[in-house]
Amino acid sequence: MKIVCRCEDITYEEILEAIRSGYTDIESLKRKLNFGMGPCRGRICIPIIVKILARELGKSVEEVGYPSERPPIIPLPLGILANGEDREEKS
Amino acid sequence: MKRRASVVVIGGGISGLSIAYNLAKLGLDDVVVVEKRYLGSGSTGKCGTGIRQQFTTKEHIMLMKESVKLWEKLSEELGRDVGYRQTGYLWLIRDEEELSVFKENVNIQNKYGVPSRIINVEEALEIVPYLNPEVFIAAAFCHKDGKASPFKTVNAYYEAGRRLGVEYYTYTEVRGMVVENGRIRKVITSRGDIETDKVVNVAGAGARKIGEMVGVNIPVENYRHHIVVTEPFQEFVKPMVIRGKLYFTQTERGGIIGGIDMPEKPDQPLRARLDFLEVFATNLVKVMPILKNVNILRQWAGYYVMTKDNHPILGEAEKLEGFYIAAGFSGHGFMMGPIVGKLIAELIMYGKPSVPIDALRLERFERGELIYERAVIG
Repeated sequence: MKIVCRCEDITYEEILEAIRSGYTDIESLKRKLNFGMGPCRGRICIPIIVKILARELGKSVEEVGYPSERPPIIPLPLGILANGEDREEKS
Repeated sequence: MKRRASVVVIGGGISGLSIAYNLAKLGLDDVVVVEKRYLGSGSTGKCGTGIRQQFTTKEHIMLMKESVKLWEKLSEELGRDVGYRQTGYLWLIRDEEELSVFKENVNIQNKYGVPSRIINVEEALEIVPYLNPEVFIAAAFCHKDGKASPFKTVNAYYEAGRRLGVEYYTYTEVRGMVVENGRIRKVITSRGDIETDKVVNVAGAGARKIGEMVGVNIPVENYRHHIVVTEPFQEFVKPMVIRGKLYFTQTERGGIIGGIDMPEKPDQPLRARLDFLEVFATNLVKVMPILKNVNILRQWAGYYVMTKDNHPILGEAEKLEGFYIAAGFSGHGFMMGPIVGKLIAELIMYGKPSVPIDALRLERFERGELIYERAVIG
């Protein structure tokens, strides 16, 4: 067993199985397995998984592409941001 | 790619996938779903995960009551876990004025068989610990409301539909339709034409544009809404908690998912706003101070496809036979997906759905027969 995504404990075998069961674009594969959404923000797992998918499909890494990026780049505590406008108006 | 289909479903979000699955279940073996990007790439995959019956109109309450019955058995029906959990919606009431409105809402909901009730602060704290008791005076709670995983639900519908013969064309764009003698003849896509006489426009934020291709005006506007998810931790926020325009809960994986309404103009690109993070964090930490050290992991935006009366448009267009519309869910498309799929499939197959949806037809806007829903959040 080889762990590829260390935030979500996703194995190499699970990745191959998902690709072979029809999740053959990087966005759908990401949402099938939930990689790239943990505290590492995908910096560890995504480049590896893009390569695995490219190899399985016989495509280049460029053709497979990278999934959409979501801010913030590093995790931020809620308390640091909690000095904004207090939205108390009525619905 | 198939060159002919009984029905072409335009849009691979939950409603489109549910419609295609239900059509196949009722016996159609040549249903096609055309999706511009990947399945669930629009509002479905961006949504806040909530499933509720605490609405304020008969139309919404009846639809959602039936949808919840389907959600309760959806994992079993589709043969895959959709992450559905009936953990309730807890609506925090801020003052006496709001309390009287919620009492009225609960009366309407109870009248139509939804078991919502008003509870006091102590009871609310038993359901969700660590809420700040100073920011609400009572709450409305319905234990039959809940949440599910949008990704798991999309994949479960996709796999179940595929087993029944539905074909899915992703990264395929609809460029036009050919209409002859008042009937649809074919759908023109970026990967070829598909002959058909029935089309379902369930294109979410693209529904207005699909309508324009056949001269049917679909009066919806796309409003950008923002969402955030935090790092996971042990679950103690089980229900969806709402206070004013703030909503939040914990996902199956344990992160807080939530949002708050921000002033937006229609049709803004789906870019993240930093000021949203500040407003959300400020309001969330006020309602639940214990969360102040929790890290935010990701922020994104998706569209609420709004109609003038906040109710969806469901039915066949009077102006064009065979052109069915399921659009304008006004922020409630995910929770309605199961019932919408069933009813639109029944409408197409039998001409009559098992729950009446006549009041939700497109033509209500021309006739001025609007239904007003005031409970829209986030």
